[in-house]
Amino acid sequence: MQLLLQQVMAGLANGAIYALVALAVVMIYQAIDHLNFAQGEMATFSAYVAWQLITWGTPYWLAFAAVVILSFVGGVAIERVLFKPLHNASILANLVAFIALFSILNSGDGYLWDYTIKTFPSPFGTQPLFGSVLVDAHEAGMIGVTAVMLGLIYLFFRGTRLGLAMRAAAANPESARLVGIRVGWMTALGWGIAAAIGAVAGMLIAPVVFLDPNMMLGVLLYGFAGAVLGGLTSPGGAVLGGFAVGIIENLAGTFIPYFGRDLKLTIALLVIVAVLMVRPAGIFGRSVVSRV
Amino acid sequence: MMLEIAGLEAFYGEQQALFGVGFDLDAGHVRTLLGANGAGKTTVLRALCGTVRTAGDIRFDGKSINGWATEDIVRLGVAHVPEGRGTFVRLTVEENLQLGAMTRRDHAAIAADIEQIYHHFPRLKERRTQQAGLLSGGEQQMLAVGRALMLRPRLMLLDEPSFGLAPLIVEELFGILREVNRDTGVAMLIVEQNAALALELAEHAYLLETGRIVMDGPAEAIAADEAVRRAYLGY
Amino acid sequence: MTTPQQETALFAPSAQARRAQRAALLSTRHLVLAGVVAIAAVLPFVFQGFVVFQLTQVMIYGLAILGLNLLTGFNGQFSVGHGAFYGLGAYVTAILMNRYGVAYYWTLPAAGGVCFVVGTLVGLPALRLRGLYLALVTFAAAAALPQLLKFHGLEDWTGGVQGIVVDQPDVPEFLPIDADQWLYYFTLAVVLVLFAGASSLVKSRTGRAIMAIRDHEIAAAAMGINAPLYKTLTFGVSALYTGVAGALGALAVQFVAPDSFPLFLSIYLLVGLILGGMGSLPGCLFGGLFVLYVPNIAESVSRGLAGAVYGIIMLLVIFAMPSGAAGFTRYIAAWVSRRRAEVKPKPIN
Repeated sequence: MQLLLQQVMAGLANGAIYALVALAVVMIYQAIDHLNFAQGEMATFSAYVAWQLITWGTPYWLAFAAVVILSFVGGVAIERVLFKPLHNASILANLVAFIALFSILNSGDGYLWDYTIKTFPSPFGTQPLFGSVLVDAHEAGMIGVTAVMLGLIYLFFRGTRLGLAMRAAAANPESARLVGIRVGWMTALGWGIAAAIGAVAGMLIAPVVFLDPNMMLGVLLYGFAGAVLGGLTSPGGAVLGGFAVGIIENLAGTFIPYFGRDLKLTIALLVIVAVLMVRPAGIFGRSVVSRV
Repeated sequence: MMLEIAGLEAFYGEQQALFGVGFDLDAGHVRTLLGANGAGKTTVLRALCGTVRTAGDIRFDGKSINGWATEDIVRLGVAHVPEGRGTFVRLTVEENLQLGAMTRRDHAAIAADIEQIYHHFPRLKERRTQQAGLLSGGEQQMLAVGRALMLRPRLMLLDEPSFGLAPLIVEELFGILREVNRDTGVAMLIVEQNAALALELAEHAYLLETGRIVMDGPAEAIAADEAVRRAYLGY
Repeated sequence: MTTPQQETALFAPSAQARRAQRAALLSTRHLVLAGVVAIAAVLPFVFQGFVVFQLTQVMIYGLAILGLNLLTGFNGQFSVGHGAFYGLGAYVTAILMNRYGVAYYWTLPAAGGVCFVVGTLVGLPALRLRGLYLALVTFAAAAALPQLLKFHGLEDWTGGVQGIVVDQPDVPEFLPIDADQWLYYFTLAVVLVLFAGASSLVKSRTGRAIMAIRDHEIAAAAMGINAPLYKTLTFGVSALYTGVAGALGALAVQFVAPDSFPLFLSIYLLVGLILGGMGSLPGCLFGGLFVLYVPNIAESVSRGLAGAVYGIIMLLVIFAMPSGAAGFTRYIAAWVSRRRAEVKPKPIN
């Protein structure tokens, strides 16, 4: 029983990261109807920048804040420069742009910071939390930060005018224009926020999995799995999906040791495929009917 | 003169839809665009909003707005109630109304205006926290009009407000439009298939046929002219 | 009312038409093709061993890209995971040769067959996935493959992390050429046959159906095209082609290991495809050229640079040259023929 609880808690901790990535994926999906394959690489790049700042002596939380802001700006810039011109282009063109971004960032990381694995500091330490065996300080920190971020994002979208404008622009761009919302900038803002969320996810997972250019690939796939499971049209569902996937991953790893531990990516793939086959809209999502 | 249009041409891709349309609309006045399906009535409204490619002269308060982005035209005080209403179906009634005021900064006045809208449309007040998509057609139309009014517009463009609505609701709606025009002095340009109703509300009417204005005149005159009615308005 | 004889006469090709058909056979395109094949046949004697090896690899990657082209370029189903079929074909060859002593030439149909079956099986659930969702699943599959290949439960088959060594194909005794040259000619023959097959497929009714599905699936279905059948089979054929390429790749490199087939391989194949031009058969070879040389050149500068260069190339292509090299070539050809048409006023006598 203790083992089960421990694994569930660990699953929630990792799940927190997947939830953040899932949220970032959904945010961009809501804005442009496309899946951002480069979300993980953007987060990895942010984590590397943070690492660099910390290595140069910047205090942790200052570096954290700076990177979140820089990532926000970067996300906005990527949307304006790269994806705005492709807005009406084919799906393939957009797919290629995402893959290109993925390649550039992934290789850029390796080129700028080489491929040796680096350690990334945790602001929470790794001591067991309050002496409990269920969860350690960093894991608790991951869950805590995620909860705080989700709260902030929820408040932003539900409680502010700008948040309302963004939701409107994502839901119905034509009508949004008719009330004066600058839809293009709302999309850019969505990218910026997604990039910032991704940066936080990257900086929180780096202490656990160690920093290398391929750090986020597995996390991204789990994030996608969570987003798909929860529903790409439902930010809340995607978050729950992320947590669920985290728990599935850990329980599979512990209780089905034959393949649970070594085949994590395969498990992510299976979750994605299973959901898309059985209930493509996800648990909380809504299917979209489009006219021919 | 608030709105002046001359030699307006509009294009959907390579296809031309308007061939030199011209008319005026002064502040506070109500005019209507009539004609059969495909005559180009909706295209005129889209041209005024900047959602379709245009050539020619469109002036608002003497300033040319040809080629302006929709978001900027809205900020001049032009509110469009589109065909199909354009409701934000997943957002609540109240949020839909708040969105109408997105370009305004006077928060206290916005809140007061929302109450005023509820005064005009009590049914909306009952449903203020419900998802807008759950409302009936008539209620959604009222919501769309309400959202447009939240802009405190100088000009309202209404595209087939009676479409799909029961006659009693339509009468109620047009009554409210009359009241709003009287109380706030907002100018209106109404595209309608229901000519009888539109001619009761408007002072002046334009008849469109395949992208051209073929006739215009005071609403009473057009309504009284039986030949015109039979030929163009179907009654 | 026409008599039956009259009716058939309406549709029988006239003598003139038949002559025109024969003339078409000797058209410019075919002459160019014959010329290219002739040059290709001579190259191994012009260049040294290593370059011959590289030329072989260009053909192999071109074939792999052709497989992807059939699926994505002609049928509109996005795959960011074709590296997995390449790897599968390679492993089939390696396992058959290493564990069962099968002769190298029999492993090619085996690899093709296995990949066809797997591809068709993958194509079935893919029917329910559209556009980016399919891209996502294939992306995930390609990412998961190396891990799966290293999995200790499958080690007996896959050789685990160390991989499997593949013997170089023996040169038939009666030919006075070395092993690299033999592999080149063997690859050339396979590639020619498969390209010819693809070409006739594309020009056939089936090919038109496949492309109709790409352009507007619902309209195609409404016209009576069995979209699920064609889509699934195209997946299978596409996998077959890339799998055979993988098998040839295993023979060329003489080694397979999980890390030989990373996610980036799938990305390189996709880049090669869009660079060469989607829906273009010759473009595949141009893409193959890129897949081989750009990483080599880039990696001599820095290991990380290849991916970045690829990314930038991809962006340049989609922004500046959306139809790839093939489209660019067509554009130049059209420009040339327009200039020719302008420049010839006949003098009046």
